[in-house]
Amino acid sequence: MYSFEYQKAGSVADAAKAATGEAKLVAGGMTLIPTLKLRLAQPSKLVDLGGLKDLVGIKAEGGGVTIGAMTTHAAVASSAEVKKAIPALAALAAGIGDPAVRNRGTIGGSVANNDPAADYPAACVALGATIVTSKRKITADDFFKGLFETALEEGEVITAISFPAPEKAAYMKFRNPASRYALVGVFVAKTKGGVRVAVTGAGEGGVFRKKSFEEALGKSFAGSALDGVKVDAKGLNSDIHASADYRAHLIKVMAKRAVDAAK
Amino acid sequence: MGEHAFGQPLTRLEDDALLRGAGRFSDDRRLPNEARAVVLRSPHAHARIASLDATAAMRLPGVLAVLTGEDIAVDGPGPVISEINLPSFPKVRPPPGPVRKPEQPVLAQGRVRFVGEPVAMIVAETEDAARDAAEAIEIDYDVLPAVVDMSKAVSGDTAIWPEAPDNVAFEWHGGDPEATKAAFAKAAHVSRLTVVNNRISGAAVETRIALGVYDGRYTLTTGTQMPHGIKATLARMLKVEPGQVRVISEDVGGSFGLKNSLYVEHALVLWAAKRLGRPVRWVSDRAEAFSSDYAARDNLTTVELAMDADGRFLGLRVDTLAALGAYISPKGLTSPVNNSPAYAGVYRTPAIHVRVRGIFTNTVSTDVYRGAGRPEALYALERTVDAAARETGRDPIALRKLNLIQPSDLPLATPLGLNYDSGHFEQVLDRALAEARHKSYPARRDDSAVRGKLRGFGFAHLCERVAGGWSEGAELRIENGKATVYAGTMANGQGHHTFYAHLVAIKLGLKLEEIGFVQGDTDKIADGHGTGGSASLVLGGSALHGAIEEVIRKAKPQAAERLEAAEVDVEFDDGSFVVAGTDRRLPFSDLVKDLKVSGYHHFKPTNHTYPNGCHVAEVEIDPETGEIAIQRYLVVHDFGVILNPLLLKGQIDGGIAQGLGQALMERIVYGKDGQLLTGSLMDYQLPRAADFPPIDFVSCPTPAPSNPWGVKGCGEAGCAAAPPAVVNAVIDALQPYGVRHLDMPLTPEKVWRAMQGAR
Ligand SMILES: Cc1cc2nc3c(=O)[nH]c(=O)nc-3n(C[C@H](O)[C@H](O)[C@H](O)COP(=O)(O)OP(=O)(O)OC[C@H]3O[C@@H](n4cnc5c(N)ncnc54)[C@H](O)[C@@H]3O)c2cc1C
Repeated sequence: MYSFEYQKAGSVADAAKAATGEAKLVAGGMTLIPTLKLRLAQPSKLVDLGGLKDLVGIKAEGGGVTIGAMTTHAAVASSAEVKKAIPALAALAAGIGDPAVRNRGTIGGSVANNDPAADYPAACVALGATIVTSKRKITADDFFKGLFETALEEGEVITAISFPAPEKAAYMKFRNPASRYALVGVFVAKTKGGVRVAVTGAGEGGVFRKKSFEEALGKSFAGSALDGVKVDAKGLNSDIHASADYRAHLIKVMAKRAVDAAK
Repeated sequence: MGEHAFGQPLTRLEDDALLRGAGRFSDDRRLPNEARAVVLRSPHAHARIASLDATAAMRLPGVLAVLTGEDIAVDGPGPVISEINLPSFPKVRPPPGPVRKPEQPVLAQGRVRFVGEPVAMIVAETEDAARDAAEAIEIDYDVLPAVVDMSKAVSGDTAIWPEAPDNVAFEWHGGDPEATKAAFAKAAHVSRLTVVNNRISGAAVETRIALGVYDGRYTLTTGTQMPHGIKATLARMLKVEPGQVRVISEDVGGSFGLKNSLYVEHALVLWAAKRLGRPVRWVSDRAEAFSSDYAARDNLTTVELAMDADGRFLGLRVDTLAALGAYISPKGLTSPVNNSPAYAGVYRTPAIHVRVRGIFTNTVSTDVYRGAGRPEALYALERTVDAAARETGRDPIALRKLNLIQPSDLPLATPLGLNYDSGHFEQVLDRALAEARHKSYPARRDDSAVRGKLRGFGFAHLCERVAGGWSEGAELRIENGKATVYAGTMANGQGHHTFYAHLVAIKLGLKLEEIGFVQGDTDKIADGHGTGGSASLVLGGSALHGAIEEVIRKAKPQAAERLEAAEVDVEFDDGSFVVAGTDRRLPFSDLVKDLKVSGYHHFKPTNHTYPNGCHVAEVEIDPETGEIAIQRYLVVHDFGVILNPLLLKGQIDGGIAQGLGQALMERIVYGKDGQLLTGSLMDYQLPRAADFPPIDFVSCPTPAPSNPWGVKGCGEAGCAAAPPAVVNAVIDALQPYGVRHLDMPLTPEKVWRAMQGAR
């Protein structure tokens, strides 16, 4: 680890002001601290969001939920509000990493990091979530820009994420056998505005919507509706864990299972 | 009867301290004024070092020394050399030729040959200062072509060593080539199977650590299996008398072979400690472990099995390419050849010929790993027997039964020089099939099919040879009212303190808590071989048997005096001295406080032991994803007499977890350019507890005739049997798709792909 300054943020505004230049926000530290330990990042300063109480907590609103950025995966997984409004989201959070990661890692950190194999981005996109920041509100469709890239600007802090409740939804994850991240994760949501399908883990550019699935499922919301739909391996990742072909195959298997399990 | 006996499931005496965090691992020993070392490693698989400039690094704050390959000539340690010679079994024809054994300098000299090869050691006040300095060292590499694939290596396009233009370090033959050839000429059917034994990592939870001290003598603290072996090697490398080196090993967080041999870091910290006059500590991190720990397995083997028209085995021919790495590690020649006698298995195969070529590749060296060649051989053999059965339309059980060695055949000299002395293989197989409810298997298969799953039943039947290759010493001292065992073996998690104390308690009737245990300090233990090859209870325990006998003999005069009897009339029975023909007894425990005696015995076995067993795996495959779920895993094994069934079960379960890990998950992957693609646990999959069902074990013992306790050794059976058992089960499940073989690890994609291919 290289040495850095440490600052405990007193408020969101404080954090936003401090997190410029080479300074970096730290939330649960589950992603950032290992990066520092491996000397893969050299921030001048860490601005700790840990003490900001307003960023923690879950509110039921208009049938959906709004989750503070500093809410841990474990809190989301066990939240009665989330389980009631969007059980698929609680189940997703319960399947992230291991207990230590779930007890420290936060939804804000996960969404800000936009790891191409992370779970939350699929939920955000499929559910049509809104990412609330210190500056503005951004729709999930506009927020995730590519590998580890988001619409966040310098000094912009995620404060909360709002998820409207779907009629039905489910998330199916085929784990990377080693890391337990998503090798392929498919979040399917039947919403008032139509069916939305988001795929994580598989795409070269991170999370993406699977429009051909959305169309087919819009006509008939049943796993069998995807039988005739082809999944192209182009644009999908190939690595030592899975080829693009296999990922393409799994996208369909996971999507069908998600549709059939949707609640 | 005393309080203790064979067969008692004693919990480990070690656990209390370990569970409370009071263990003493190498990193728990802290010395005043320690300096911290970091090793700078090659990022290239093969390159010339055009220039290396450490001037900027040396000027950084806190930096004490930067050692490079150039400094070796001044006062550095000698190279790491392969310590093993190729074995000549009774029948080795032609005799082994010379081995090309290039020496590995402790730091690269002008050339690097694998990713992770040590190039410099930086010593500084803190780890961070050392890492800063490592980044400030300027090195220009001229990258050379690298070769990682053995089949390509032998083509000789890219030679790693001028003296081995085809990258072949040695060619070795075992068995009888002519007799095998003649057997094949008579064969009605020959089955041929090529299998990969995948390269994997020992992945011990405690990474390697070395703490070097020089105070006129060298003292190394490190987790190892072989303190005395490391000491001898270090003395040679440091060019001093063995008495000038002390090796200390306390608690060890797993080894499985990977902490068996010497590593360059052992010599480097001692060299640096002498130069600086300060203790120097080096601690491997996980990424460093993946690139620098000696790797395991990595064979490509073709087996041919010749059978007559009835299915009787006539001959077996084996041809193996064994990856050695870019250098031959100290015991790197062991696994490829030393355990090839395992190819006899449990069968009456009359003629066997094994050919092994050791191959250089631009990878870290391989070395011994749990089983050290037996798992490799048994996997290839048991896969081939299954394939042969299917090819000839026979039931794998029936084919094995036809060829099993029967008790009436024992003792039996096998074609590769073993002397099987005990075992009832057919009984073990029958028991395994009964316990596994083989008869009702079709119903379970149909039930899986109803749920859309493919089910498979597989098993592996094996015989190992254990603990016959070396000897071991143990001492029992009675002083200050206490008994203490001084063991030449070295535990790395098995529970040695518990088993040695258990044996003393059984024989002398002492309380377990009162029995001390000392190991892992070459100043305190006069000589020891160390731990390896499932041998510690067999050899160390038998040595202790002799030591206990000597203690009893030496205590007898005092006992006779206390019993007011003539020495000739005093016998030892069940923990007490008794006056023959009377009821006058003196428990040994009553005598202890007045005794000062010691017994020492060095046990040299007259034969190996032959633990043998049958492992059954039942699996279910999800045909949509290719995922494998193990539904049942059953072990029926003959481990000889069982001392502590709890410790035994720990060895079985741990071995099977490693075996299933190798079969289903684990693999070290190098890219074509020799870059390591599995450099962390994010990419290297280790088994987790939830991946397996509970493992059932049934003991089916025959006592080992070659040692006083009748024990056979149990440490490596699991990792030897699990890969063929589970792969056989998966191939069985895939029969509807006509799949003949898949190479480990059986990842979901591999299984899924095999099913696509068949459609
Ligand atoms: C062993 C392991 C397994 C894991 N498995 C999974 C898995 O299965 N699925 C999965 O999805 N994830 C997984 N993760 C990642 C985990 O979910 C992380 O917690 C998450 O990615 C980051 O959250 P954090 O709170 O720890 O963020 P940190 O590590 O503190 O920060 C991550 C990044 O986000 C930025 N950041 C943090 N908070 C904010 C904010 N409020 N506004 C703006 N920027 C912010 C930081 O500056 C940093 O760049 C795993 C992690 C580990 C270590």
